[in-house]
Amino acid sequence: MIRLEKRPQPSRLWTILAPILAVLLTMFVGGLLFAALGANPFEAIRTIFWDPIFNAQFASFTRPQLLVKAAPLILIAIGLSIGFRAGIWNIGAEGQYIMGAICGAAAGLALYPSESVLIFPAMVIAGAFGGWVWAMIPAILKTRVGTNEILVSLMLVYVAETILGSVATGLLRNPEGRGFPGSRNFKQWDAAHNAEIFAGTGMHWGVVFAFIAVIGAYVLLTRHILGYNIRLTGEAPRAARFSGVRPARIVLICLGLSGLLAGMAGLFEVTGPAGQISIDFNSGYGFTAIIVAFLGRLNPIGILLAGLLMALTYIGGELAQLMLGVPGASIQLFQGMLLFFLLGVDVFTNYRLRIGRREIA
Amino acid sequence: MKRRTLLSTAALALTLGFGTAAAAQDVTAGFIYVGPIGDGGWTYEHDKGRLAVEDAFGDKVKTIYQESVPEGADSERAITQMALSGADIIFTTSFGYMDPTVSVAAKFPNVKFEHATGYKTADNVSVYSARFYEGRAIQGHIAGSMTKTNKIGYIASYPIPEVIRGINSAYIHAKKVNPDVEFSVIWAFTWFDPAKEADAARALIENGADVILQHTDSTAPQAAAADAGNVITFGQASDMGDYAPMPRVSSIIDNWAPYYIDRVQAVMDGTWESKDTWDGIGPGMVGIGEISDAVPAEVKEQALALKDAIAAGDYHPFTGPLNKADGSVWLADGEVADDGTLLGMDFYVEGITGDIPK
Repeated sequence: MIRLEKRPQPSRLWTILAPILAVLLTMFVGGLLFAALGANPFEAIRTIFWDPIFNAQFASFTRPQLLVKAAPLILIAIGLSIGFRAGIWNIGAEGQYIMGAICGAAAGLALYPSESVLIFPAMVIAGAFGGWVWAMIPAILKTRVGTNEILVSLMLVYVAETILGSVATGLLRNPEGRGFPGSRNFKQWDAAHNAEIFAGTGMHWGVVFAFIAVIGAYVLLTRHILGYNIRLTGEAPRAARFSGVRPARIVLICLGLSGLLAGMAGLFEVTGPAGQISIDFNSGYGFTAIIVAFLGRLNPIGILLAGLLMALTYIGGELAQLMLGVPGASIQLFQGMLLFFLLGVDVFTNYRLRIGRREIA
Repeated sequence: MKRRTLLSTAALALTLGFGTAAAAQDVTAGFIYVGPIGDGGWTYEHDKGRLAVEDAFGDKVKTIYQESVPEGADSERAITQMALSGADIIFTTSFGYMDPTVSVAAKFPNVKFEHATGYKTADNVSVYSARFYEGRAIQGHIAGSMTKTNKIGYIASYPIPEVIRGINSAYIHAKKVNPDVEFSVIWAFTWFDPAKEADAARALIENGADVILQHTDSTAPQAAAADAGNVITFGQASDMGDYAPMPRVSSIIDNWAPYYIDRVQAVMDGTWESKDTWDGIGPGMVGIGEISDAVPAEVKEQALALKDAIAAGDYHPFTGPLNKADGSVWLADGEVADDGTLLGMDFYVEGITGDIPK
């Protein structure tokens, strides 16, 4: 008979092996899916995983786009992972991302058309502040009246979306836009444009900050007492309390930090790739980042790789639609499979398979 | 902002990368869709236009498309990739693709771009849209004639001029036949979200509406009305004939095929030029779906007469006297609205209560 036996310690080998195996399983089952849709499975898998990086016709465009797509995912996921380590579940990064974009854009637009070099830094600070404030709502409600941060942060996403619709058609609407919704386009305003730092590389300030966040989170979690307290709170809350860690402080720090990073991601996106505040400026980065955080095992380096992998499946998926004519929904299914298999294979990190009769203890 | 606009086509005999041989196609036409091609409404009709292009040109044209492309940064990438893949003409079929289309077009001067429902043109960017408000006038007439509760529910998507024009046009013509009529508008802030649309329809019906008009793309409001019974609806963007004769009593059908074929032909002939197209019932870009037997014969006859008058250019749905909701005069007696005002319409006409979201 086959049974699962809990490991005394999570397996180090499986921690690394699980994501790789999950990707391979996704490729295999995804291949079957594409075959069933009438596409050549090998071509489909190659289009998704290989062509965005190496195809002669597309790669010079899509390679930098990988960074552009991955940067907000990584930035948000890093913030989320720190909270997740402490058992604090911020599900509302999408809302914090939106509020960061709105606050940052509003701060900039209030000064239009100034060409001061201080505009962009001020917008970054305002964006971070907007995301932070939005995350402080569930944080303070949790520490003061004990509400559940999962529900409150999630519900605030819908509030943020409504505010976004309102400012795009009202407060921040481009006065020269003939009444159409949407703010001024930041790409046409140099002082506020989050342009590529080196042309053609995709490297904008959001990418730079994503890398800084990865390094910062790594140092925090492995070298700093605060990181130790965060991990301790997640793994052994009672022990943490005995050793003098104040849970309320950890909640405020973790939610605040993830809100701050999500807000900055929103600001970099609105001033860069998106260009303007529009009614549905947000495209789900805040939710996808949750997947990225788990795919990366809540580890900063893992998140960096997971963010790039996720970006690869997005862009590769678009190419597959374009070149092979597979439906858009099949690509979403493919991405969903990735998370499914990861969680499935993950069982082996904490459990081992025993074949044979139960030993008598 | 979302949706609408796309279909592009184009051609070019570039090889598509990836080794799929490009063979002898003269033109590759690409289409960027905001919803899934199976939405049964907006995107579905654009995709029918794409298939009509394939039928019309056979082997001479290859069409490619990408569906459910979010507006914003993702659309710019999708359009760029399509241009890189060798499309000669690209139709971007939603309003929110406007700035991305213009920005990609600047990088690909040899590719033709066609943006639906926007207003920014360039040497290689045309815009096209349909005068859906003409169809709304006919819906308003039927709705005003048939309502018993005098309450008409309207599921609006986004507060953009196109949608506001539709609400005004429907209201004006409902009011003409029924002075007691009242409109309640729910803003769904989506083009396609069956769950949200169904909720909106049910809320309107519970508040006494027995006519539901929709400017969103799914058939969910039709299903909600069918469940409620005794509520009539109109197909949006597509005929939605599965719900006829009740609750769907008529529809506005977007017919992009002739335009798409025409534009692809122009690329083939080398005669493509940037232009601004805004066609209505007359040229056939807006179709009125079969008026079902649930509509009294007399009302049907009036509706068809209205349609003919609009098609012939004898009647304009926005003809004075009309006041704005704030009471100020908009059009004097007999005066007809100019296209500029219609294209930027951001106000309700007098009689509609509530505010346009700001």
